[in-house]
Amino acid sequence: MSRQAVLCAVGLGIAVIYPLLAPNYLINVGMMVFFVAFIGQSWNIAGGFAGQTSFGHVVFFGTGAYTSTILQVTYGWNPWLAWPAAMLAGGIVGWIIAFLSFRAGLRGSYFALITLAFAEVFRILANSVPFTRGGLGMLIKADQRPINFQFKDPIWIYYIALALCMISLLIAWRLTRNRFGARLVAIRENEDAARALGIDVFAEKVKVLTLSGAMCAAGGTFYAQKYLYIDPSIAFGVDKSVEMLLVSMVGGAGTIFGPLIGSVALTVINEVTRWLASVVPALKNVQPLSLVVYGIMLVLIVARLPDGLMGLFRRKPRHA
Amino acid sequence: MLDPQIIFAGVLNGLLAGGIYVLVAVGLTLIYGVLHIINFAHGSLLMLAMYAVFWLWRLVGVDPYVALPVVTAGAFIFGFVLYRLVIGRFSHGRDENVLLITLGLSIVFDNAALLFFGGETQTIDVPYAGSFVQLGAAFLPLPKLISFGASLLICVILGLYMAKSDTGKAIRAVAKERQGARLVGIDVDNIFAISYGIGIACLGAAACLLMPTFYVTPTSGNAFVLVAFTIVVLGGMGSFIGAAVGGFIIGITEALGGLFLGEQLGQIGISLIFILILLLKPTGLFGSKA
Amino acid sequence: MKKQVTTSVSRRGFVAGTTALAGSLAAPSVLRAQSAAIKVGLIHPVTGFVAYNGQQGRLGGTMAIEDINKAGGIKSMGGAKLEALLGDSQSKVEVGVAEVEKMNEQGVAAYIGCFQSPVTIAATQAAAKYNTPFLVDVAASDVIVNRGLKNTFRLMPGFGVCVDDGIANLGNINKAAGSPAKTAVIVHESGEFGTGTAKLLASKLPLIGIEAKEVIAHDNPTRNFDNIALRIRSIAPDIVMMSNYQNEYMLLARTLFQQKVNVAGFYSILGGGFNYKFVKEMPDVSQYMMDVNHWFNPKSEKAQALKKRVEAGGALFTFEVYLGYSTAMLLADSLERAGSADKAKLTDAIASSTFKAELMPYGPTKFVNGQNQGAKPAVMQSIKGDIEVIAPEEFASAKAVFPKPKF
Repeated sequence: MSRQAVLCAVGLGIAVIYPLLAPNYLINVGMMVFFVAFIGQSWNIAGGFAGQTSFGHVVFFGTGAYTSTILQVTYGWNPWLAWPAAMLAGGIVGWIIAFLSFRAGLRGSYFALITLAFAEVFRILANSVPFTRGGLGMLIKADQRPINFQFKDPIWIYYIALALCMISLLIAWRLTRNRFGARLVAIRENEDAARALGIDVFAEKVKVLTLSGAMCAAGGTFYAQKYLYIDPSIAFGVDKSVEMLLVSMVGGAGTIFGPLIGSVALTVINEVTRWLASVVPALKNVQPLSLVVYGIMLVLIVARLPDGLMGLFRRKPRHA
Repeated sequence: MLDPQIIFAGVLNGLLAGGIYVLVAVGLTLIYGVLHIINFAHGSLLMLAMYAVFWLWRLVGVDPYVALPVVTAGAFIFGFVLYRLVIGRFSHGRDENVLLITLGLSIVFDNAALLFFGGETQTIDVPYAGSFVQLGAAFLPLPKLISFGASLLICVILGLYMAKSDTGKAIRAVAKERQGARLVGIDVDNIFAISYGIGIACLGAAACLLMPTFYVTPTSGNAFVLVAFTIVVLGGMGSFIGAAVGGFIIGITEALGGLFLGEQLGQIGISLIFILILLLKPTGLFGSKA
Repeated sequence: MKKQVTTSVSRRGFVAGTTALAGSLAAPSVLRAQSAAIKVGLIHPVTGFVAYNGQQGRLGGTMAIEDINKAGGIKSMGGAKLEALLGDSQSKVEVGVAEVEKMNEQGVAAYIGCFQSPVTIAATQAAAKYNTPFLVDVAASDVIVNRGLKNTFRLMPGFGVCVDDGIANLGNINKAAGSPAKTAVIVHESGEFGTGTAKLLASKLPLIGIEAKEVIAHDNPTRNFDNIALRIRSIAPDIVMMSNYQNEYMLLARTLFQQKVNVAGFYSILGGGFNYKFVKEMPDVSQYMMDVNHWFNPKSEKAQALKKRVEAGGALFTFEVYLGYSTAMLLADSLERAGSADKAKLTDAIASSTFKAELMPYGPTKFVNGQNQGAKPAVMQSIKGDIEVIAPEEFASAKAVFPKPKF
């Protein structure tokens, strides 16, 4: 077996055993790492592999969260059934946004900004329409049984997050192996050349956004089921868009493990800086300082590792 | 449905609001047009400038309008140095990296401000803040009229500078054709730094004009960023005139949207315009290339 | 305690980080190896958009804990001291919940927090898993106490009670002036608290003979209120009622003043910006504005003393401070009565509490479903650069000025 495969197996093994030994708090941290890696990967597939950077990816997240929550709370659907419905909704929204944007020939920063605008539109709409209960948000009744996609023991949510992350890694891995992925990379490297090679650039981009949207929406449902409450700013706020983008780019956009590495790294930095702030008596009340440090570290990482953290792990970056 | 007097007043309000938007957008579009970067730190830098105006007023008693030249110059220097020491140096010329760096910087600035200035909301009270000019149903506060006028003036000055001065021409050259500019001997890196500096100087001016009627907290600059992006896209990324015209259009749209749809839903007007422009005419009203 | 594990990535840059992370589990217990201090987790948004409010809440809680310890700690537990664990929710639900988990690891006996309703909703839910009591110091939504969670308690009134009280008092004020007010416009922030409050308000105003002509929602943050001012002017209501956060409240008030929008009165329900800073720094703008809000009992000596202390320290005496203080006091009283930090005993002690919050104009505590029934807001008015309480009568320091003179 290749060295990579061995490393993966070991990593997976550790990830599986981890919650059996770790205290609840760390299980929760681990769950967030995999969850963010998962939605980060959804961004990465479109932004990293296909080069279609988006600033408004949260629009898919929120679509998923609201779809499954509304189906559950208002129509009494079982959340496990609402989950695929949410993914479908996310895929459809991805398709629509892609269709409109790419039909208009938007690229690069323009595409990135239009996704931001779509997210804003959705946020404002969610705040204004009655079926989302507007600014009041939606509460999912706590009934912690597995049939309700709610779990008493955090270990199950952790494993679901881990599973989602694994699936996203598999999807990304497949993209490095199949034709679809190759076409995406070609589009990223030089869209016009790709078109000249006979690739239906428009169709491929729409496809990848649809896939990305569905994945991200799955994350939205997961989040709603974990925290049992969503409102327009939680579901469509710009924070999540930034998070998805950040972990992918810091980890290495366009790589399989980029979002995961980025998620781990940023979580570690976050936890360490917060721990420092809580343990050094003079800094006890000084939370903003830990965020200042976080920001500085972010700048330094980008400064030293222009290819993202994955750049540390390979001699030759996977993309130019 | 609505009394034409009210609509007229709304349009005037929008124009006045647009005055500030224009300055913020002009800075952003300049930075984008020349450096091709989306400056994620724009909101945070505006906030820092606003604090500068506040502290000058609180500690030294300087009227915000009098402080304008000082704050603008200081902002230019800050932006120039920031680009030279951090952004330019660390980005290795890659656009995605600049994005992350400006994002990191915004986190640093926001939280440093929180750390040193505290989270309390600060306002400036100038004696003429209560004065207004009445035109029919429109009550136009004096500070907003001043900011409108000053904003126009600054845009004209900046426009002339860009058109007539050597540096201005160099900036436009770099914006149009980076490699070519380098070939004719223009110090492109220096131009980048200058452009970034000018962009931030615009924020400095905006801060002075904004403080009499707004407030400053460590997160107060962010309120203007999305609308600034919309204006930049509407006007055409990199187009100076576009940002100016776009600023006023957005101001009016916001006002009318608010009047007709209700304030919350009216905000949707801005995002919808954004989307429509991008879908129908991505280069914006005055932009040149997609 | 379970064994510590390093995470799967084991490259140079990360080793230091992960060992530090693993060490964080050991560190607290090593550093705090004194006699069993009772840990209390304080979770507030001390960074982000509402950092100021979060810091004020934390200030109140920590001051109370200091005072409790100075007075000898929990006497029924052998003088055990309280130890505050300070958490930052960063205004995010997942971070707030992560803090709940982290503090649970560190063995907290109870939580206090979280200012924002969404974070509070999720955090109390998370704490319920461990049956740890969660005392809500500030958070307006009534959803918090309507979920049947046995661990959640809130000393202050929710927006339901504030609206009811506010309406009743407005009715009185209006009647006393000869009922000049017949119409109102409601302006609210578009989040949980503003929307909920506005909805209730609009439905109950007719009960006192006032028609809500329009309900205007606005975003957080809002860049300018000129258009809302215009709209209000064109509707020409008798009363403008606001429910929003600090900055928007202040900006709206200022805009209405600058644009000379004249009404019979401003009557806000949980107006976020109505405080001493606003009233002192903008006396002209704030003159005669009325607010229904959490307020301390002006006749309480303890409250006045605390106010002086807080102001001497350079801070403002805002409601987050005295509610945070009172909530911590409630906790201490309950610990005293329970005689132990055992979760079940403590929860029972809180649930059966009849604690009298000396700083607040409440009677003795009485919790039903976690909500203190005796809690109520007060009605304040800004008069000549100071804040007077105009209702309830037993705490009033001045009579209402209504209708107010024109700008």
